[in-house]
Amino acid sequence: MASEPLASPRLTVTGFDPARVRRDFPALALRPYDKPLAYLDNAASSQKPRAMIDAMTAYYETSHGNVHRGLHYLSERATAAYDAAREKVRVFLNAADQREIIFVRGTTEGINLVAQSFGRSIAGPGDEILVTEMEHHSNIVPWQMVCEQTGATLRVVPMTDAGELDLDAFDRLLSPRTKLFAVVHISNALGTVNPIKDLTARAHAAGVPVLVDGAQSMQHGPVDVQDLDCDFFACSGHKMFGPTGIGVLYGKADLLERMPPYQGGGDMIEQVSFTSTTYARLPAKFEAGTPAIAEAVGLGATIDYLGAIDFTALAAYERDLLRYATERVSTVSGVRLIGTAQERAGVLSFVMDPIHPHDIGTVLDREGVAVRAGHHCAQPVMEHFGVPATIRASFALYNTKDEVDALVAALGHARDLLA
Amino acid sequence: MDDLHDLYQSVILDHNRSPRNFRELEGASGRAEGYNPLCGDRLTVWVRLEDDLIAAVTFHGSGCAISKASASMMTEAVKGKTAAEAKDLAQQFQELVTGRSDARTARARLGKLAVFSGVSEFPVRVKCASLSWHTLKAAIDQTTEPVTTE
Repeated sequence: MASEPLASPRLTVTGFDPARVRRDFPALALRPYDKPLAYLDNAASSQKPRAMIDAMTAYYETSHGNVHRGLHYLSERATAAYDAAREKVRVFLNAADQREIIFVRGTTEGINLVAQSFGRSIAGPGDEILVTEMEHHSNIVPWQMVCEQTGATLRVVPMTDAGELDLDAFDRLLSPRTKLFAVVHISNALGTVNPIKDLTARAHAAGVPVLVDGAQSMQHGPVDVQDLDCDFFACSGHKMFGPTGIGVLYGKADLLERMPPYQGGGDMIEQVSFTSTTYARLPAKFEAGTPAIAEAVGLGATIDYLGAIDFTALAAYERDLLRYATERVSTVSGVRLIGTAQERAGVLSFVMDPIHPHDIGTVLDREGVAVRAGHHCAQPVMEHFGVPATIRASFALYNTKDEVDALVAALGHARDLLA
Repeated sequence: MDDLHDLYQSVILDHNRSPRNFRELEGASGRAEGYNPLCGDRLTVWVRLEDDLIAAVTFHGSGCAISKASASMMTEAVKGKTAAEAKDLAQQFQELVTGRSDARTARARLGKLAVFSGVSEFPVRVKCASLSWHTLKAAIDQTTEPVTTE
């Protein structure tokens, strides 16, 4: 299986047609409780295109064996498919080299890999690891663990009441003690898009490497890791219309080369004896054990599918949809938006006084509207805004203004029933 | 919408709006904190036991309508009961909200608390309804560790 160019001219359509895209996602035709489904929980996980589902079925039916070891026909097919998926990811992220693309289970595992392999080997007593107030728990806890293990201290870049990072405070917090800066690209709880390129430049000027949590990034379009110039970038397949159980850690080759392995096992070694073991080269050094082959293939198929989309037109469509949703939901009585950053993508977080978000979530569900109600694994963010939880509607390329209208109508039902 | 009306009966909405015994208890003999890590609901229950009878019980905290109303109605239901009777009621309440007892049996045993029978149709909300009861048991036993629903 040779890798295909990302946006083959034959497939590329100018403009963006959500109706056409919707037909590619079988789950969108579901009718929960006999209501049309309005799936607005994409920041938690997105739905899957037929192309991905078919690719995984075809892989299991025609190409499955274990990778990188068998001499037989199926093992070779599986290896070729797995390697081709890595190349597709490389192109989608614009990484310089395939060796910089490590397959992991998801964003969380990618961050933990960097924390335990890189963080633990560079941090010590008196050192600092810098995160931000708007991080998901998965970009806080792994660093707390490193701090406990090494004696380093966790420092936090604060955010404003609009939900934007305080850049002056960031500059002040960068110091010779700072060993790493870990920051989210797009906040899952607020939708804030952080200026990664600028943050990376400031951190690098202070000699600090940067890890970007890209869990919410890729579903809105390709990311160029060379342009961002971040040192690590972690993302999840299932949030960008791909399978669960597969994610990607991008790391600059010179850093990955110097890092010790994260897990030991098969596939990550060159030679093993009871006295010494030599490790495999990148990326195998970080992929111990049989990987999620079918999931990697599915992710590759998803990237092919996304390659046919005009991302400039999609970005304009998503901006317009989020603006419409923000305006419509703001008019509902009792609604207070949580997170009003200038640059937002895909997420509308709010509370509707005096009704608790969980009660609203239950009513919305019975109206066919799927949202998340809770703390979104970002309790420091909830604390900043003085709320225990929010309702979060999160949008993807297949969502429409009709679904926003369904959300607004369902909020009205919730008010009638509960207020 | 029928399931929703079963879940959010007017008695439940009333207790949510005006929770009873919603305060700290002076001179409590037992106190426990309950926490539902899934949704962040958090409440404290205080009890004063006199000769094994629950002389007073109060609660405070934040949560959804179901957890708040459940706590409020619990305080009314267990006052004057023995510790063992309260724990038995907690068991029966658990059976009700998990759909393991029918509404008629529940009404006979649980009285007003039977309004929570609708919860069994909403599996993700069961923990909201049962949080206060778990916390009450801990308060009676003077458990010092916070109770979680996980």
